[in-house]
Amino acid sequence: MERQGNALRLAAVSPEALAAGLLPGLALADARARLPLLAAFPHDPAADAALLRRLARLSGDFTPMVALEPPDALLLEIGGSAHLFGGAQKLAAALASRIEAEGLAQAHAFGDTPDAALAFACHPSAGGDWRRLPAAALGLAPEDEAALRRAGLRTLADIASRPRRALAARFGLPALTALDRIAGGVVRPLKPRKGRPSLMFEQRLPEPLLMADAVGLILERLAVRAARRLQRLGLGGRRFTAGLFRTDGLCQQLGVESGRATRDPAAITALFAERIAALADPLDPGFGYDRFTLAVGAAEPLAAAQPTLEGDAGSGPARDALIDRLSVRFGANRLLRLQPADRHLPEHAQHRVPAAGSRAMPWPLSPPAETPMRPLFLLDPPEPVEVLAEVPDGPPHRFRWRRQQHRIALAEGPERIVPEWWRSRSGRLDAGHTRDYWRVEDEGGRRFWLFRAGFYGADAPPRWFMHGLFA
Amino acid sequence: MQTESTPSGPAARPAGPAPAGRQRGSPAPEPPSPADPAEQGRLHELHAASAADAPSAAAAALLVAAASCPDRAIAWLRLQAAERRTGALYGPGLADLGLPPERLLMAVLPDELALLKAGTDLLKSRAFGAVLMELHGPCRRLDLTTSRRLALAAAAGNCLALLLRAEADPVPSSAWRRWQVASAPSRPLAALAPGAPAFAFELLRNRAGPSGARHALDWAQGRLVPRAPDAPRAPDMAETPDAPALPRTALPLPVGRSLPPGRRAA
Repeated sequence: MERQGNALRLAAVSPEALAAGLLPGLALADARARLPLLAAFPHDPAADAALLRRLARLSGDFTPMVALEPPDALLLEIGGSAHLFGGAQKLAAALASRIEAEGLAQAHAFGDTPDAALAFACHPSAGGDWRRLPAAALGLAPEDEAALRRAGLRTLADIASRPRRALAARFGLPALTALDRIAGGVVRPLKPRKGRPSLMFEQRLPEPLLMADAVGLILERLAVRAARRLQRLGLGGRRFTAGLFRTDGLCQQLGVESGRATRDPAAITALFAERIAALADPLDPGFGYDRFTLAVGAAEPLAAAQPTLEGDAGSGPARDALIDRLSVRFGANRLLRLQPADRHLPEHAQHRVPAAGSRAMPWPLSPPAETPMRPLFLLDPPEPVEVLAEVPDGPPHRFRWRRQQHRIALAEGPERIVPEWWRSRSGRLDAGHTRDYWRVEDEGGRRFWLFRAGFYGADAPPRWFMHGLFA
Repeated sequence: MQTESTPSGPAARPAGPAPAGRQRGSPAPEPPSPADPAEQGRLHELHAASAADAPSAAAAALLVAAASCPDRAIAWLRLQAAERRTGALYGPGLADLGLPPERLLMAVLPDELALLKAGTDLLKSRAFGAVLMELHGPCRRLDLTTSRRLALAAAAGNCLALLLRAEADPVPSSAWRRWQVASAPSRPLAALAPGAPAFAFELLRNRAGPSGARHALDWAQGRLVPRAPDAPRAPDMAETPDAPALPRTALPLPVGRSLPPGRRAA
């Protein structure tokens, strides 16, 4: 049942209910009046769509060209694949038995055009002859359908015998288009569910594989085949997707990405091993896997590399492969690289980017100096400190940070850093606090980076913050 | 650049306790200094003398690592909690210290086990010149077996392993050397400005010779250098005779409750 306006109406009925005379669209109250024991469930269109997508995946075994036809139909282009199954009828029988094994009812039909096939499947009484299809097959609005019936045009043969101009004038161009698509051989372009990846490798097993441990072996075999092919093409992949197909029709997809294009089977297998080890639910072979696929996505040109005599210790590829593996295991945001950012405020002067897939960017060289001018560690956000300092602009003498008192022995400053007013929304010069930074060293020899936000004599008294720790 | 540390010819052997055997007979081996490049393929421990010395110990570890492998990548592994305690590693500061940040790979890991596992993998990979593992506080997982595993991984990967510890008592381990690092008062620059970072090293344990040596080292242009003996530290600033004798007002400032200005400006 589903809610239409204020009434609960039936959205779909079971064969038994259909036999009892219930039809979709009937109000639930009327249906209950006829059948008091009626079991009604809320309509879940999302689940229906998911089921249809699953069936489409399953149909992908029979032809790569599968289009969804919501709410309840699939269109398969089998012109190129029927011979693999010994003819269209045998293909349809195999597919029908797969679908019925899922516990679903199905009806199928063949047609010269997608719409004809759809119409024949919906109206099996026509027996595959478009002339005997009822007028409802055109899918017109209910009042147009009633008008056709009143005019005595019950089948498509009747309608096609009328002058086209009159039909177009009375029912509009869509009616003629629908008629042409069913009867006139006009093929509507199908929108396939998903383009088949250009590089796809498949391994079918004679017996279902029950051991989850052996999955890695099969994937390695696929990776070796993929590597051979990629090498011939001079390509490397950055995204690999493994499909694990169970005998009971369930399919699990595992994806891994690598930072740079690769075709090294060992590296690809290692990435999948990490991915499988990091799964929240371990692999469940159920009754066994009988088919594996490996798709290569995001292929990039990759020239053959000459390994050095000392092996590739310390060189880029080995390091990148390791970073990929660790990123798959711990998460890409845990392995980081620091990249420079040309920004004014200290806390914005660097980006932390995931190391996998990013390049090391050269940092500007620091001029030789007697001592580092920027701290090794930056506290973000800065932590407030209590400071005893000379007013208005003198150095701090003492400060209290994290409940600890520090007496300052050496201090240098102030280094004034104005807020990035050009980035502020108001665009005003006083868009933030001006900061005066001090490099200080306490009596124990620890070095800190303090700053004062604001000025003495302004409306609000200035405040001091700890922003960084020096070596 | 590694020809210094890797012996060539038939004498080339995997890094192991071989130098110890050679030195057993010799009467007084040269006491090692952190200023010398550390041999690769070994595990070294650096203990911060106190929690406040952790940034200095980290910098010392970085400088030791950078000196031991001048052109190879360095990995730094730390825990999520350390990011809160000492703040995040700051690229401009690293560059100022003399270590180009592009050489560094950072890993911020959720727990000790992940850190030690990742550290072992990185050490073995031969793709890094040094791997720093930073662990604060007592760590139950870091026992003799684990440190032996790290030492073997370092030897297998010909990589310098540095275990950076803070707020923790030394526990038995198979580290080649164990240093204690504290930050030391620096030699002031003009106008009483803080000078180059200064460190006080103490050799707590040494497999290949006597321990107990103390070293005072200064930072100079990206390297650790022994401190020159004439280093009279300026007395307390308030007592310096050249401080202006003018009366100065000093105001205590309360800790504010509102957002820090960096956030406000954003």
